[in-house]
Amino acid sequence: MIQVQHLIKLFGNFRAVDDVTFDVAKGEVLGFLGPNGAGKSTTMRMITGFFPPTSGTAVVNGFDIQKQPLEAKRQIGYLPENAPVYPDMTVEGYLRFIAEIRGFSGEELRKKVGRAVEICSLEKVLPQTVDTLSKGYKQRVCFAQAILPDPPILILDEPTDGLDPNQKFEVRRMISAMAENKCIILSTHILEEVDAVCTRAVIIANGKIVANGSPEELKRRSSLYEAVTLSLDNVPEDEAVSALAALANVAKVEILKKNESTLVLRALPAGGNIIAPAVAEEVRRRGWRSTQFHVEEGRLDEVFRNITRQ
Amino acid sequence: MKAVISIIKREMNGYFGSPVAYVFIVIFLILCGFFTFQFGDFYNGNDASLRTFFVWHPWLYLFLIPAVAMRMWAEERRTRTIELLLTLPVTLPQAILGKFLAGWLFIGIALSLTFPIVITVCYLGDPDIGQIVAGYIGSFLLAGCYLAVGSFASSLTRNQVVAFIICLVICLFFVVAGWPPVTEALSSSVPLSVANFIASLSFMYRFDSVQRGVIDTRDLVYYASVITFMLAASSVVLTSRKAS
Repeated sequence: MIQVQHLIKLFGNFRAVDDVTFDVAKGEVLGFLGPNGAGKSTTMRMITGFFPPTSGTAVVNGFDIQKQPLEAKRQIGYLPENAPVYPDMTVEGYLRFIAEIRGFSGEELRKKVGRAVEICSLEKVLPQTVDTLSKGYKQRVCFAQAILPDPPILILDEPTDGLDPNQKFEVRRMISAMAENKCIILSTHILEEVDAVCTRAVIIANGKIVANGSPEELKRRSSLYEAVTLSLDNVPEDEAVSALAALANVAKVEILKKNESTLVLRALPAGGNIIAPAVAEEVRRRGWRSTQFHVEEGRLDEVFRNITRQ
Repeated sequence: MKAVISIIKREMNGYFGSPVAYVFIVIFLILCGFFTFQFGDFYNGNDASLRTFFVWHPWLYLFLIPAVAMRMWAEERRTRTIELLLTLPVTLPQAILGKFLAGWLFIGIALSLTFPIVITVCYLGDPDIGQIVAGYIGSFLLAGCYLAVGSFASSLTRNQVVAFIICLVICLFFVVAGWPPVTEALSSSVPLSVANFIASLSFMYRFDSVQRGVIDTRDLVYYASVITFMLAASSVVLTSRKAS
């Protein structure tokens, strides 16, 4: 539903976004990751038509944002960074304004506003002006604004920024609930969020896409992928390390923690091979007592650091 | 068009939702009365017209309209609400027009609240109603020009005070370009055609001609072109600087 085609944005001589191309299909939640200043917001602003790209374009549900901006903008609900909502308006007045400017009126307008208020649980603050709201509520008002017209496409720039853990959970729940029938792009630098809600992640650094795949695929790039962490009771350190290191496909054994009786080890696989069964077998064969045994999925934060730090 | 109306409604609610609007109207009315009766010496003029009332408007507007216009775009940019506004299904010209018309309507309301002076002059004498209507129309058009300049000034900066000052300076130029002391000084130092040209750019020159009770097409064209030019200039500035 969204085709981003060779987007380039120059600010003077600075290439903020450098030839970014990706597609997002219906039902997908695309996590847009990158360090601060990597070009996430700039890309989103071009897709939503806030400013034009230097070259390239984005096609949104069949409408080119450059050639048919109004039709394209009608397809999109957009939550900009930091939730900029008019501070002097009441929540109700603001949502009615959004509904009106999006072309709703009468009964339909009432319904759309009511639905957005319900989804975002804003009933209590309706008569309050926005500047009296807490950050969490402000973010929710802006989120309500984005979903109000029930658009096929949602673009959310750091939707959980500044929220407390409960509110973050709530926002992610709302996103997941809507994901099925929509196409959602959300930017974030919170990696757990990608795990929690995204079906695919695009990592961008210095304006360029450096990785594009499902969270699982990305995690496979981690050196920890399929590593085994185990704790052993009353096993000599040298014996454990040398025994595990001798197994096929084990590249390295690290000691994470040790005290008198307990030893916590991590065996890292060579080339992403599966080593858990072999390690388990070795533990059993030697009759070691293992109180913990854990296979790592790989860590996104490690992949993220490796990819974006160059 | 519907989008423009939604924006006008929002802006109007914005004006009347804060005490600033009421303060503005009260100050405008007090100053109108004060200048007309104190400096204009309305009663002793022995003239059943509103000349002494309208003659102060260009000077009152010079300070009051920049105050109305200053937040128009500066505030949108400062709070970044402009990003949301312009990613709604609205074009930039629609947004500029909506905000401008709302401000104009607001000033129109303030201006229409000066009606007691019309009643006063009708009670005291037998004024030329046509001239009074022309006076109001001229004053309203003049306000539109100031406001369009204000829209441009406000698009240049994120700081409302800076927007106020830029608007005031540009408007001051437009006013004094046709102010008799300046025109006289100019005509003695530059060729007459140049002096006339500069004077004809002035708000005052057009304002005086409408105040005589004649609404000339040339004056209407002048007002319309100043407003259009200034709004187009706002659009050019916002296109390049909305994100900064």
